[in-house]
Amino acid sequence: MLPDNLKDLTVPAALEAWDAEALAGGSHEFGETTLWVRPEKIVAVCRHLKEQLQFVRLSGLSCIDRHPMEPRFEVFYLLHSIERNERLRLKVALPGENPVVDSVVCVWVGADWYERETFDLFGIHFTGHPNLKRLMMPEGWDGHPLRKDFPIHGHKYSYQNE
Amino acid sequence: MSENGETAFTAVLETTQEEKLPGGRRRMTLNMGPQHPSTHGVLRILLELDGEIIQKAEPDIGFLHTGIEKQAEALGWQQVVTLTDRMDYLSNLANNLAYVLPVEKLLGLEIPPKAQWLRVMLNELSRINSHVVWLGTHCLDLGAMSMFFYCFREREDILRILEMFSGQRLMTSYIRVGGVALEPPRGWEKVMAKFIREFPAKVDEYESLLNTNPIFVERTKGVGHVGLEKLLDLGVSGPMIRAAGLPWDIRKSEPYSSYEKFDFDIPCYPESDVYARYRVRMEEMRQSARIIEQCMAGMPEGDWKADASKVVLPDREKMKTQMEALIYHFKIVTEGFRVPAGEAYVPVESPRGEIGFHVVSDGTSKPYRVFMRTPSFGNLQCLSDLFVGRLISDSIAGLGSMDFVLGDVDR
Repeated sequence: MLPDNLKDLTVPAALEAWDAEALAGGSHEFGETTLWVRPEKIVAVCRHLKEQLQFVRLSGLSCIDRHPMEPRFEVFYLLHSIERNERLRLKVALPGENPVVDSVVCVWVGADWYERETFDLFGIHFTGHPNLKRLMMPEGWDGHPLRKDFPIHGHKYSYQNE
Repeated sequence: MSENGETAFTAVLETTQEEKLPGGRRRMTLNMGPQHPSTHGVLRILLELDGEIIQKAEPDIGFLHTGIEKQAEALGWQQVVTLTDRMDYLSNLANNLAYVLPVEKLLGLEIPPKAQWLRVMLNELSRINSHVVWLGTHCLDLGAMSMFFYCFREREDILRILEMFSGQRLMTSYIRVGGVALEPPRGWEKVMAKFIREFPAKVDEYESLLNTNPIFVERTKGVGHVGLEKLLDLGVSGPMIRAAGLPWDIRKSEPYSSYEKFDFDIPCYPESDVYARYRVRMEEMRQSARIIEQCMAGMPEGDWKADASKVVLPDREKMKTQMEALIYHFKIVTEGFRVPAGEAYVPVESPRGEIGFHVVSDGTSKPYRVFMRTPSFGNLQCLSDLFVGRLISDSIAGLGSMDFVLGDVDR
């Protein structure tokens, strides 16, 4: 499944040898490795990377909205291994309708706020997250600001008739 | 949260409902902030106290959320640089650099050595600036009022130098895609040399005021300990990790902007308490001064912006005499430059830890998505671990030792 230029790299090759089904492709551009992971396998892949391949740090986690393309959302995980001095980007493709993916808080505690932020700003649901509520926007806010169909300017309410 | 932490959490909740603890004591909920003098910004912490001991601490952030990531999608590639300053007013040059590097990576730009040296030099200056302000305010929290004045004396000198270079004291936006914004000003060497010559003695001065100060030592030594494994798991980076005994510095492990050509040490202390974090930052200031000295001694000759006519504005002289330069000038000013489709992430060691911008381009003149991985956001997640089970007075020392800027957390 992996392109040829990834097969020579240790981490993608090791992941493919461990579970070829989990990966849906990948690329190596500008010296940065990106692996596409099947959404249902994300926790297993992350746990394997952390426990077997020394990726002890989750550096960041967020999302890209490809509206109006489908699959609409790309959730990305920026992984870092201090021991290997290597970085890896995992990506999960999610549909625009009801985007749900398993939470990785059980692997890295630090994923907590990143997942809450992604839930808040993109509306991605992370199943298994201990406390999935809005982080940046006020409680009860309508919509998810970083989605491409959310306007950049404008007022939510008209104050003229009040 | 770990399994143990979770059970402790629910246990706390249950006893709150009962209101009373054995021995007739009661649990109290205390609202710290949003405007509390020691939170250095708009941070709210919900504390649950059993006497003086914190049983639960829940940070509430988002008060300074300005939607910078959304705004970045509406501006041109070069304009986003000005937004990065406003995230964190203390390490603005590191923020500029962290944004500019992945964009230059996508563009495939070659940055001339002089621009790289200038970037390194000013980055280290802003590291000193940030640590000096941290030291002053941290000591203010701990009751050492006079430190604040000493530290702000040096900060004023640094801000004057930054103003000399960019015309701005805080929002410098000096580092741009393709090099730096302006030619270095006349006479900067003299001012910088004077500052760097005097600065190490000032660090000694700070240390003589604090290292033997029994109140300061008592309030910081052994306070706020969190294990290294826990810190890594939480995504903490920067001085906090180095104060926990791991010599991990992005300037050494993944050098950017020619950092591999400079000679400096990574200060590292194993105690992982507030005092160790203080020691690490003090030592880092000395190392930064060392790097600036090397920058000044070996400043290369040549241009301070890249030779890329489609990205960098042409010289005034060229613009007025060459047709092509005028066309490029018009294109850059009206539309901005286009960046080839792709995505890149380059980590940078800011004064607070790892900062990096995950930049996504779809080939147009505006970024498609800019994810800002800010160090304060990652570091603040360990607040609960620093607080729970400790005295409320120690929590202030622990909070200060994290060195976060709330604008950087909320973006």
